[in-house]
Formats: sequence, structure tokens, C-alpha cells
Amino acid sequence: MKLTVREELCSGCRACELVCSMRNFSQPNPKRSAVRVSGAFPAPGRFSLVICDQCGVCAEICPANAIHEVGDHYEVDPDLCTGCLICVEECPQGAMFTHKDDEVPFKCVACGDCVAYCPRQALVDEEAKVVWAGVEARKRAG
Amino acid sequence: MPKGKLFGYGGRIARIDLGGRNVRVEPTPEDLARNYLGGRGFVARILWDELRPGTEPLSPENKVVVASGPMAGLFLPGSGKIEMGAKSPQTGLYGESNMGGHLAGELKFAGYDALIIEGAAAGPSYIFIDDEKIEIRDAAKYWGKGAIQTEKEMKDDLGEDFKIAVIGPAGENLVTYAVVSHDFGRQAGRTGVGAVLGSKRVKAIAVRGSRGFEVADPEGTLRKGKEMYEACFAKPGFEEWTPYGTAGVTDWINEIGAFPTKNFQTGYFEKHKAINGPTLRERILVLDKACTGCPIPCGKYSRADYRGKTIYVEGPEYETIALMGGNLLLENIEDVAYVNYVADELGIDTISGGAVVAFVLECLEKGLLTTEDVGRELTWGDPDGVAWLLERIARREGVGELLARGVKSAAEKVGRGSERFAMQIKGLEISGYESRYAPAMMLAYMTADIGAHHNRAWAITYDAAVGQDKIEGKAWKVIELQHVRPLFDALGLCRLQWVEIGFELSHYAEMFPLVTGWEYSWEDLLRISERIWNLTRCFNLRERPDFGRAWDLPPARWLEEPLPSGAGKGRFVSRENAERMLAEYYELRGWDANGLPTPAKLRELGLEFVLDSLNLGA
Repeated sequence: MKLTVREELCSGCRACELVCSMRNFSQPNPKRSAVRVSGAFPAPGRFSLVICDQCGVCAEICPANAIHEVGDHYEVDPDLCTGCLICVEECPQGAMFTHKDDEVPFKCVACGDCVAYCPRQALVDEEAKVVWAGVEARKRAG
Repeated sequence: MPKGKLFGYGGRIARIDLGGRNVRVEPTPEDLARNYLGGRGFVARILWDELRPGTEPLSPENKVVVASGPMAGLFLPGSGKIEMGAKSPQTGLYGESNMGGHLAGELKFAGYDALIIEGAAAGPSYIFIDDEKIEIRDAAKYWGKGAIQTEKEMKDDLGEDFKIAVIGPAGENLVTYAVVSHDFGRQAGRTGVGAVLGSKRVKAIAVRGSRGFEVADPEGTLRKGKEMYEACFAKPGFEEWTPYGTAGVTDWINEIGAFPTKNFQTGYFEKHKAINGPTLRERILVLDKACTGCPIPCGKYSRADYRGKTIYVEGPEYETIALMGGNLLLENIEDVAYVNYVADELGIDTISGGAVVAFVLECLEKGLLTTEDVGRELTWGDPDGVAWLLERIARREGVGELLARGVKSAAEKVGRGSERFAMQIKGLEISGYESRYAPAMMLAYMTADIGAHHNRAWAITYDAAVGQDKIEGKAWKVIELQHVRPLFDALGLCRLQWVEIGFELSHYAEMFPLVTGWEYSWEDLLRISERIWNLTRCFNLRERPDFGRAWDLPPARWLEEPLPSGAGKGRFVSRENAERMLAEYYELRGWDANGLPTPAKLRELGLEFVLDSLNLGA
């Protein structure tokens, strides 16, 4: 999967943040989401999204060699991570996240749930391996 | 699961004593959660328990309860609703309003189900909440500023990820229909909770949470959440309803003769197409804006140019189109957007605010007020005049003082028969449905616990389905809706997926046990909703010993004046028919002939404690 965004479609509902934290941390908590929504209001009135495009910079610069390519994405190995947070500083997208209760940062693992369940289809898999859940749902509904 | 551990809840209630500058955090009582769920249920029970009868609404003794619900902040459609309640300065009765945006979830992410705000601060303040840290901070730099401007400045000061509720100048100046605003266009709009916050000198509540919260069955909750989104995606309304949101209903409401026009003089507005949903979308829409988890964003965020000034506003949504469009004879969407913006910035409810302006215009038309009384020439269809008057009201300058307590109070002062067209019930201005040719909707307004608001029972679709002239058989439907719809307000949910695109209620019933771990059926949940409904009725009775049937009647215009035009031409609901509907309604509810819950009914609902403070006979 290769995540990309169509920000002009985003309604700011944060379904992506909620499904991400449920899927990866078993709780609703936008501060434990690897995709982030923010708004620019009152003017010009639009949302922007922070996503990981799996560029691999984090793996390249990690001094502990704790970030590895796993299939179509990069993962942090919590056993090797020393918590130096250089990756958080250096991520070009700002998509390596920390939580104040944790020592180890976290990032997108390309599960695709945000793509499947974005009601606006503002999050898209460029490779089309993950598609919007509405496609199948509509077929089933006839 | 460990005893006392609540799933689906933030788990704590914060009591914020402004006068003593003291914050106390307590665990959310399990029996409160089990018996009242959250949201509206928490507001009702806490206000019942903690307010002394006869409390002056704008005194430090009143309390504001802000309450999220067990299904708010979840990955499911429409999980973004929060309740704000207090004894209402507008009605003197139970007050409560529902608000979207993102505060409901954020409060729980910070670990709280509710805030109880009591006392009054010595000077302008705001409540700062960042997980465990709760502070009463100085708000002098924001005081006096507009609601939209304040939210923007506070986000700049605190961080974009804070979710902030604010009041505008109208709330500061204790206008009794002042709103609490949030997310640049969402409001807890009704019953004047903004004025109660103003009386406590609370300009804002800023919340950020990082703790999240636990659900009983995380895997099941995720699976069911996905299923719920898929079900929404598959509904035809997902694509058909969303582009126009609530504004999409304008043409239909007008067609059935229910569009408030010229202070409810009639139910048909000839220029409705100039202010409807498609016109909004074509002319001023910037983007579709959603509350937490919503797949069908009704927020139509807009930009309009008005006399060389560019304004941004979320809306106008249907109620604003009705009360500030047709009801004031504004004939284009930019004008409605402009007055919507003015009201939002001042922090005035567009429903009550529109009704107040319309009342003034009709008083001028009938010679009951003069241009000298008002201080400016005002006419129907004049957006500058509307903006000018709203400003006077928010600042309580000149005629604004007369109008700052709503149309009921204004009519008492103007007198000379003006009360017949002061469009309110229980002191709350009627929202966007002219009901002389929609008796179920009229009954819904008559019996709504906070006064004439539509969100308790949007029964107008039932009128259209079974016959707009029929009186009999409407009461049971109103009651059914009054249990289902307010249940959403107790759970922290938005009802529009169900109302507008036909999303099935069974989904919520299936989700509830996965979230909370409690095996409640839908019927169990409806029973709780009925409990809350009876409790708020009793709250009103406790405040006003004369409370009962007479309080449920609409203004004389609706009972005596035939509609002059539109689909309902010649129609009205006679006083006799209104009384008949009430009699049927009371009987079905298990209330007495005066509309008071019987002791038997209260015991059946687990409300025995209410009997101690009320005189309800045997």
C-alpha cells in the first residue's frame, strides 16, 4: 500500500484517527493514531492530513537500527529502540509520533483501515491494493 | 471485568468550583452511568440532585453540567455529541442543549465524562483541561471578543489540537438565548447555557486529552464500527443527502406549508429557492465539515461576500435558513449567511435570535413599537437591520435591553395583544416548523421539556406520512420519538444517520454492549430515556408549582389564526384539538389530566426519590 491524500475532500471527521488507534492500540485515542487531521479555521476553512508515505528516512537515520522494512512498510522494533527520537525530528512528513506515556515512538504500519473507512475517500492507496469499504458494501446492498 | 471499572466512559467527573478556585475529580458513579447513561441523562440527574428549587439561573448557585456519553468519541458514525445543561435563564425551567463538533470525544480522551461548573469566578476566566491538569485561568484578553475570533485566538495560544467551547459577547452580557460555540460553527444553541457561563465569567472551556478510554470488547467494537460505516456507505442517502445537509429539507418543508415565514404569519415563502440547500452549495460552499466520526457531514462551511466584506460561517443550516431566512424575509443565501455569521460571532442562538427580530418587525408593522422605540428604521428583508438589532441585543444597548430575554418577556412589556404572535412555548422560541398544518409537530413542540424545540421529536415527517389534517393518533408517535431521539443525547451520538439516511437503530443496540459490557437491550435503553423524560418534567414542576397543562399550550396565533397561504391555507389546530392531543398524550404517558407524572409512573421508572420533593397526590 502507498498512502496518499486528497485533502480537499477531508471533512475533518477523524474516523481515520479513531480506526487507526482502535486497530493498532485497541482504544479510541487520536493521540495514538498514525494519521492526523488538523484544521485551518475560520479562514481559509480547510483540513490537512499528516500521513506516512513509507519513504524510509526513519530507517536510514536510526542510530540503533531499530526501524526495518517489513513488506510494504517500515516498523519500529520496540526491543531495539533506545528512545532517542531522532526519527521523530527527522521524519519529512512529521508522521513519526510519540505518546507521553511511551518511550518508543510509533508510526503507520500500512494496515489500510484509514483508506477503507474514510467516509470522504480523502485517504487513498495509490497502488489500489486497499480500496474504500463502500465499494463492496454497495455491491452487497445491491 | 473488575468491579467499578467503567468501559466506554472517561471514568471521572470533574467538579470545578469557580469561586473557591477548587477542582475536585471524582470517579463517575457506576449507578449514575447504569441508570442515566450519560449526556442528557447526567445533566438531568445532576441538576435534580444538586440545584436547590428556585435557584436564580444567573446566580452563582446555578450549575452548568457538560456531559459526554458512553458512545461518544468512538469509531462509529456520529459519535460527536455533547450536552450542556443548567437551569435555563430563558425559561426558568430545565435547560439543556446539544452540540456537535469534537468536544464530546476529547473530554473522554482526557479522562472525563462530565464537568460540573459551579459558583462564579471573580473575573473573566477560562477552564483549561489537559488530561489530569485542570486550571481556572485568566481570560481577560479574550473577554468582549467574538466567539469565532476567540476560538481562533485560543487555538493560536494553546495549540490547534485543543478543542474549545466559547461564549460570545451575548453570553458575557447575559442575553438569555446566548449560545456556547465550538469548532467554528457548532453551538449548544438553546435555553441560554451561554448566559449561565457568562454569569460565571467563564469565557471558554479548552480541552485536550491523550489518555483515550477503554471499551469492553475492543475487537468487537472495531468490527461493529466497520460494519456500521459500511451500512452508511451503502445507503442511497449517503450520497443524496450529504451535499445539502439539513438545508436540503427547505423546499419540502415549504411545500407542505411548514416553512416559518414573516414571524410565522404563514408557512410558505415564495423565495425559498434562493435560500435552499442547492443554492447554498452552488453559491457559497467552501467544504463539507463533519463532527467526530460522521460519514454524512451536515456542516456546510461557507464563504460569502457581503457589501465588500468576506465572511466565513458554518451554515446556514436549515434552522437558520428558516428563522433568519424565511421568517425575516431575507431573499438570498448570502444575506442569510451574513446574519448567521453575525449571530455566531456575537454568540446568539439563530433560532431565538431570528424569532426575536421577527417579533420586533411584526410589532413595528402593527404599530405596537415605533421606529423611535427601536432606534432605527427596520423592515422585513433587511440584513443590515437584522445585524444592527442583533448587535444591540448582544450589547444590551437601547432596545436590546427589552429584547435580551426573548419574545415572551418582550411581549409582556410591549403588551397590547403582542403575546399572541410572540412565537414561543414555555418561554423558548419555536424552531423551524410552522405547525398549524402539522399537528404532531405542534404536539412535539408543546410537550418538549425545554420548550419549543424540534430535536426531541421531529414529528413533521409523521404528519406528512399519515395526514397533515389528522389529530387522532399523533400522540403515540410523538412519545415514541421523544424516547428515541433524546436517547441519542444520552449516549453522546448524533441522530442524523438514522433520521436522514435510514441507518438502522439496531446497530446502536448491538454496539452498546460491546462498548460498555452491559447487556442492555434497545428496550432497556428506551426505558432509561423515558426515565429521563419524566425526571425533566418533574424538574419543571419542582421549579414552578403551577406547572402543568397550561404550560404546554402554544401561542394564540397557532390556535386561532388560519394559515393565509401555502399548502396549509385555511388550516389551524383549534384550542379544542390541541387540548384533545394533550389529553391523549398525557394518558399514554401515564400522567394525570394536568400533565403531571403519577406516583405510580415514577415508581415504575425508578424515580421514587422524586416523590420526596413534589406534591403529586396519592
